Amino acid sequence: MLLSTRGLSKTFAGLHAVEAVDLNIPEGEIRALIGPNGAGKTTLVGMISGRIAPSSGRVFFDGEDITRLPAHRRIRLGMAYTFQITSVFAGLSVAENVSLAARRRLRGKALQAEVDAALTRVGLQDRRTQDARDLAYGHQRLLEIAMGIVQRPRLLILDEPTQGLAEGEIAEFVNLVRDVSDRTTILLIEHNMRVVMDLAQRITVLSAGAVLAEGTPAEIHANADVQAAYLGRGSDAEAG
Amino acid sequence: MELGPYLVLATLEGAITAAVLALTAVGLSLVFGVMRVVNIAHGEFFMLGAVLAWWIAQSVAGHPAIGFALALIFAPLLVGALAVAADMTILKRLNYDPERTIVATIGLLYIIQQLTLMGYGPDARPVEAPFNTRLAIPWFERGAEGWQMIWPWGLGTTTYKLAVIGAAAMILCAVWALMTRSRIGLVMRATQADREMALAFGIPVERVYALVFGFGAALAALAAVLIVPIQQAHYLMGGDPLLLSFIVVIIGGLGSLPGTVLAAVLIGLSDGIISVFFSPTLAKIIATLLVALVLVFRPQGLFGGRRT
Amino acid sequence: MRAYAIHAGLLAILLALHFTLPAYHHGNLARVMVLASYAMGYNLLFGYTGLLSLGHALFFAAGMYGMGLGIQHLGLSPAPALLLGLASGAVVSGLLAALALRTSGVAFMIVTLMFAQAGYLTVLYFGEVTRGDEGFVIQQAQRVLWGVDLSAEGNRYIAALLLFGTCLMVSLWLVRSAFGRVLVAIRENEDRVRMLGYDVFAHKLAAMMISGGMAALAGAAYGLLFGYVGATFASVQYSIFPLLWVLLGGAGTVLGPFIGTLFMFYLIDLGSDLTTAYMLIAGVALVLLTLFAPQGVMGEVRRRFWRELP
Repeated sequence: MLLSTRGLSKTFAGLHAVEAVDLNIPEGEIRALIGPNGAGKTTLVGMISGRIAPSSGRVFFDGEDITRLPAHRRIRLGMAYTFQITSVFAGLSVAENVSLAARRRLRGKALQAEVDAALTRVGLQDRRTQDARDLAYGHQRLLEIAMGIVQRPRLLILDEPTQGLAEGEIAEFVNLVRDVSDRTTILLIEHNMRVVMDLAQRITVLSAGAVLAEGTPAEIHANADVQAAYLGRGSDAEAG
Repeated sequence: MELGPYLVLATLEGAITAAVLALTAVGLSLVFGVMRVVNIAHGEFFMLGAVLAWWIAQSVAGHPAIGFALALIFAPLLVGALAVAADMTILKRLNYDPERTIVATIGLLYIIQQLTLMGYGPDARPVEAPFNTRLAIPWFERGAEGWQMIWPWGLGTTTYKLAVIGAAAMILCAVWALMTRSRIGLVMRATQADREMALAFGIPVERVYALVFGFGAALAALAAVLIVPIQQAHYLMGGDPLLLSFIVVIIGGLGSLPGTVLAAVLIGLSDGIISVFFSPTLAKIIATLLVALVLVFRPQGLFGGRRT
Repeated sequence: MRAYAIHAGLLAILLALHFTLPAYHHGNLARVMVLASYAMGYNLLFGYTGLLSLGHALFFAAGMYGMGLGIQHLGLSPAPALLLGLASGAVVSGLLAALALRTSGVAFMIVTLMFAQAGYLTVLYFGEVTRGDEGFVIQQAQRVLWGVDLSAEGNRYIAALLLFGTCLMVSLWLVRSAFGRVLVAIRENEDRVRMLGYDVFAHKLAAMMISGGMAALAGAAYGLLFGYVGATFASVQYSIFPLLWVLLGGAGTVLGPFIGTLFMFYLIDLGSDLTTAYMLIAGVALVLLTLFAPQGVMGEVRRRFWRELP
């Protein structure tokens, strides 16, 4: 298992945001994490990436207990995290944004080449000198993803990456993720069910802080509990 | 003088410091609480209150009480008006950005201080108290014939000093009533709790801010008018009240009124008593370090509850 | 390379001025260069890392007193005294950083202000050693570094230029290095930097120690070159000055601190001819800068003419 959690829980002022979640993601998988708003997805991912301290439970990365490691140490072990709310360096150029992400492991010409490759991959190469704040929203999301993949992480956590993207951009994104996934394990938090069904090998459904179901897209689609708690309530495309 | 009477005296003097400090610090605390602005120029508003009190008092003929009464009314009003003007011309244009407003109020500090130096000069000048009867305080001592009452030399206070303590207590109660019972207090608290929500409910937030900034400055000026018959007015007198108010506001919990008053009483009283044992410089060193450490390790203040 | 050329050009001009300036301005410029080194140290923390300290006088004074007390009480010669100054600055800034960096924003400003105030009061409290407000003079005989008499006008200018040039080139190299770019990124978005795997605290700590060290070196040099050590240099005013200089010249630019110090020095110099209330100029400048030109002079240049200006 590349990533696993044991009994991971978080209480905010007596409320159980996440309760006793056991998660097992093997190397190479694309795992989707879905659930209605307020189900605790972002809190769970926050505990995995080290942004939020858990109330109890443990996190393991590649067999190592990382529960007590600060966020930056986890990232160095090979996690990458893209923010749900776009969080690029607004005052810096597009290329510098990606360079910052890559500079931890590369310098000089190799850095340059890697940054160019990542920018080309997300289609931002011709905007490399612009300030990130001048990019359109969809392009800022792509920049986030470029900053994620340029780190060559073993686990890439994508927190609602398609939010606010146009139809065409979403299709591009799906291709991109599939392309990256041959060497990177992916944990995808996503509202757009078409993207989830398209990409995920397995899906974990979170509801009220606990795991409601887990299985292949087909199994989840057929799961009565999930339909009752989640899918059945809203439209297929924009559940939640 | 023996230690016992000395401590009584120190406590009395400390109570005056506490009274004046509470008024000044509540002004600072209100501004920080409602506007999230750290006003470094607060001490200069205090100084301006004292200097204006001198100016008003010396330009009125007749009994000193008349001049003092006029100063008590007009010095805070003038200082408040100046602060409102500063808010509208400077702070509002900075969008109340916390860091930039600090830099701007540092600038304001020098502007007020140096203009006072140019206009008023470098001298310290007294204001006559409206009434000032000396009151001796008795002390009990066991002599040859058992307990007896004595009147140690130097142990005493004045009616004016007691009046300062009383007046400060009354003003604080009035501020408390204003904040909790009146409509304007409700508006201020609503703005403090959630600026966006207040805007949505049609509260003129910018006018509330200007008012609060003026009110906070007026409180500092009022405290200065009260103290100026005891201390003299001087263009550099704003430094200590600023530092002490900071200490009080931080220890009392940023933006919490009861905490601020409690801390003012504690700091004022201990300032009087500590200076019996330590040099004032050492007392100040300890106090500044204490404040810094409180901010680092307990930012909600010693008395403040955890803010959510 | 173009960036290095421009900055080296400034140093060449300053060297040429050494031979041409009249005595009065020659002396002023030596002072400006030392103070600008202080401002450059401040700028590394404020302009590049985004940490607004109101307590840098503590570091400036740590350097000055480390040097001065070393000469006065330990009988050191200038070179080890300067090193002692630098070391005191690094230690003091490291300690303050370890505490103050637990806070951020407004709390960081107040904490640094309070510690610097405590430092100033400490200088006064130990008046027997430090001579308090009055300060002490470093005699000409004690200011001979490797056979060069630093109290002589010409030597002093060259020494100031050497210090300034070193600080300028170190700043330039630092802000263009990988380390410097992480500092800028911290200024822009601290949380994101952490989630890219950088140790934000360690970077800030290093930035604060380099900044404090540079300020201390400038303080030590100031005391040595101009022969006087006094408590004024530890007061709040000397924490506000570098902020003012950097704001005026342009925060987050390598040349900004020099430009700001030069302008403000002459402005206050002119002002103090007219009135004793010369700090009025500083106050007005602070308000006007925050209101109308938060970018400063070189910030404007960068915005309008040359985006790559370091």
